Amino acid sequence: MTGWMKPKHQRLVLIVIALASLVGAGLLAAWALRNQASYFFVPTQMVTAPPAPGQAVRLGGMVQKGSIKTMPDGVTITFLVGDGENTVPVRFSGIVPDLFVEGSGVVAEGRLDPSGTFVADNLLAKHDENYVPRELKDMTDRQKAQIVAETEVGK
Amino acid sequence: MIAELGLVALWLAASLAALQLVTGALAQQVGGDELAVLTRPAAIVQGLLAAFAFLMLLVVFGQTDLSVKLVAMNSHSEKPLIFKLSGAFGNHEGSMLLWVTIMALAGAMIAAIEHRLPEKTMLATLAAQAFVGLGFYAFLLFSSNPFERLPTPALQGQGLNPLLQDIGLVFHPPTLYVGYVGLSVAFSFAVGALVTRQVTPDFARIMRPWVLGAWIFLTLGITAGSYWAYYELGWGGWWFWDPVENASLMPWLAATALLHSASVLAARDALRAWTIMLGVVAFSMSMVGTFLVRSGILTSVHAFAVDPERGTFILALLAINIGGALLLFALRAGTVAEGKRFSVLSREGALVFNNVMLSAVLGIVLLGTLYPLVTEAFNVRVSVGPPYFNPVSAIFVFPMLAVMAVGPLLRWRQDGMQRIGRPVLIVALVALLVLAGGWTFASIHLLPLLGLAFSAALAIAAFMPLRGRNLRLLPIATWGMVAAHFGIAVALFGMASESAFSKEKLAAIEAGGSADVGPWTVVLTDVVPTAGPNWTALEGQMLASYEGGPPIAIAPQSRNFWAPPQETTESALVTRWNGQLYAVVGRETAEGRWQLRLWWKPFVIFIWLGGALVALGGLLALIGRVLADLKRRTVKARAAERRAESAA
Repeated sequence: MTGWMKPKHQRLVLIVIALASLVGAGLLAAWALRNQASYFFVPTQMVTAPPAPGQAVRLGGMVQKGSIKTMPDGVTITFLVGDGENTVPVRFSGIVPDLFVEGSGVVAEGRLDPSGTFVADNLLAKHDENYVPRELKDMTDRQKAQIVAETEVGK
Repeated sequence: MIAELGLVALWLAASLAALQLVTGALAQQVGGDELAVLTRPAAIVQGLLAAFAFLMLLVVFGQTDLSVKLVAMNSHSEKPLIFKLSGAFGNHEGSMLLWVTIMALAGAMIAAIEHRLPEKTMLATLAAQAFVGLGFYAFLLFSSNPFERLPTPALQGQGLNPLLQDIGLVFHPPTLYVGYVGLSVAFSFAVGALVTRQVTPDFARIMRPWVLGAWIFLTLGITAGSYWAYYELGWGGWWFWDPVENASLMPWLAATALLHSASVLAARDALRAWTIMLGVVAFSMSMVGTFLVRSGILTSVHAFAVDPERGTFILALLAINIGGALLLFALRAGTVAEGKRFSVLSREGALVFNNVMLSAVLGIVLLGTLYPLVTEAFNVRVSVGPPYFNPVSAIFVFPMLAVMAVGPLLRWRQDGMQRIGRPVLIVALVALLVLAGGWTFASIHLLPLLGLAFSAALAIAAFMPLRGRNLRLLPIATWGMVAAHFGIAVALFGMASESAFSKEKLAAIEAGGSADVGPWTVVLTDVVPTAGPNWTALEGQMLASYEGGPPIAIAPQSRNFWAPPQETTESALVTRWNGQLYAVVGRETAEGRWQLRLWWKPFVIFIWLGGALVALGGLLALIGRVLADLKRRTVKARAAERRAESAA
């Protein structure tokens, strides 16, 4: 660099190159975030406006009563996740979290397969009083509000 | 009584911080140095008082004093003593007190032993340390008082999250915090240097050991935390790109960049403004991390408090500290003279490149961590995980690793390609061979394959700086660099191998049945109930044999804690030189079979061995720097003596 550049420009050139790299990294990150972030769906959204099959998303809702079934291999389960309006079938292979039971909330990370079943890689359930997956806490609040709204309409 | 003692000590410490701030700041004015002599003692006594307050918290937790709200909320009398004590910082208030204590002790240490800087810069540094500390004292005393009493003592405590009842809690938070908060010293030094306009190679030499010290602990803390999550959570993963993990990674990236740019400043008097900037950024990242973790805007095992008031408080502290420092930087950076120049192909050039790459990775991690918070403001809920972080950061990490292999071979100021041509060729050839071999003979994904190739090349390149040197005369700090760079290669090999070669087996088997995973055969002999001090468990008794070798007994458990009621999965591990068998037992199926999850993870422990090597490299560099400095000072002192003699 010393050969072809006036030395007093060196600092400026360094700063410009460094800034350009950092801005490049930022733009790349912004682009990747739009494409790679995993969006959160409730069952109704999953039914009315489903994500592309194979796209990594999260599904949150209530495990429907009486819907958990264990497959013959003993480690794959299927169940329905609902939000009071719609339900989505979910399949999961693995050891379920300790507080995963019928009637309680769950967030499933995974993707929709072409047949409309949500294949979960991972299940997040309520861990303890101090640790509730964020989406679940919000959702139960919203459901409460919904129930209140519905009963008022019914009056 | 003990809780009140702690609270009084905390208030006294806060008032001493105020005194330290005022006297240190007044000393910057002409004629304001009458009280300056008080600054160092104030810092030292403040550190001792904060440590005393923390000790009192340990005592109330050790005694399970249920009239103290924090103890009643987070502890339980039927818990092993070690977890009662470590439970003192397994909650929001206690961990903030630990933060403040370490911050005060760091200030006390520089006040007590750092006498090499110009005194005025030193006083400005201590004032800055006190300013940041005061904000956190206020946070503790006004919104997170750990010593608050209950109107009537509780009958029993609510217990500690069972995931935290592990030996990991004893080591991980204190180690991480020493690193995390230790960086406050770099921040304060940077502010001190800006205030007094003393950005010199000497300044970099003086700041470097302090940054190294914090960085060593940060490295160890992250490594230990990763291993803890790996065996405790039972998911078999070692890094989840969880916001809280990112919160510890970001200061590490900034501190790593800072160490290297401080080397350039110390050796070559270049990168003055940039080094100062990194000093500010590193601790700012620690504070951003604390905000993310402690404000309750994120949900994670680490996030204890969900209290919006606290979040706002930390956000305000963050804005004042970071904003103030950046403003000072903007005002003063122009007056920091430009350093010495260098050619692109020089050691400085390589270090600048890697500084930019580290900053880019830092930016990528920061954006990915904050993105869900931003979209949530628009009512869109997303989560960002490995599909974003892995490839996007790899784009910058691999070029950085390539330059890291070559950089130490380059001379300062200016170098020629012909001089380093042959070693570069060897390193590149090794990488290409592994790449070609992996591509042809094994179907490995691109990122793990690149990781394997780079780790092989880096492992060789790390030792290249030793070529043609007399090893007995080699400075200890150079050994430190070799160890740290080799550690990166080792860790990278572990990560790539785990990702490329792991085998997983999920099966439901009856007692007496067996399952194979990789070279292992695991027989489930029985499932028996067992109990501990505050839990009961179902224990899967298994015999694992490697390639038909002698059986090794392992016993993963599914534990039921009763205070608070929670189940945890205790994995069982068998470690061999070439990998780890990881076993988890799940539930019983309707037909009486047991769910087992087994992993064979080749060379996975290299990840943490590499982390430990990197920390060891830091330690060697620290020892080398301190010894060299002591030697330089004795030589100087002797020369001064001789001059005095000859003058007389």
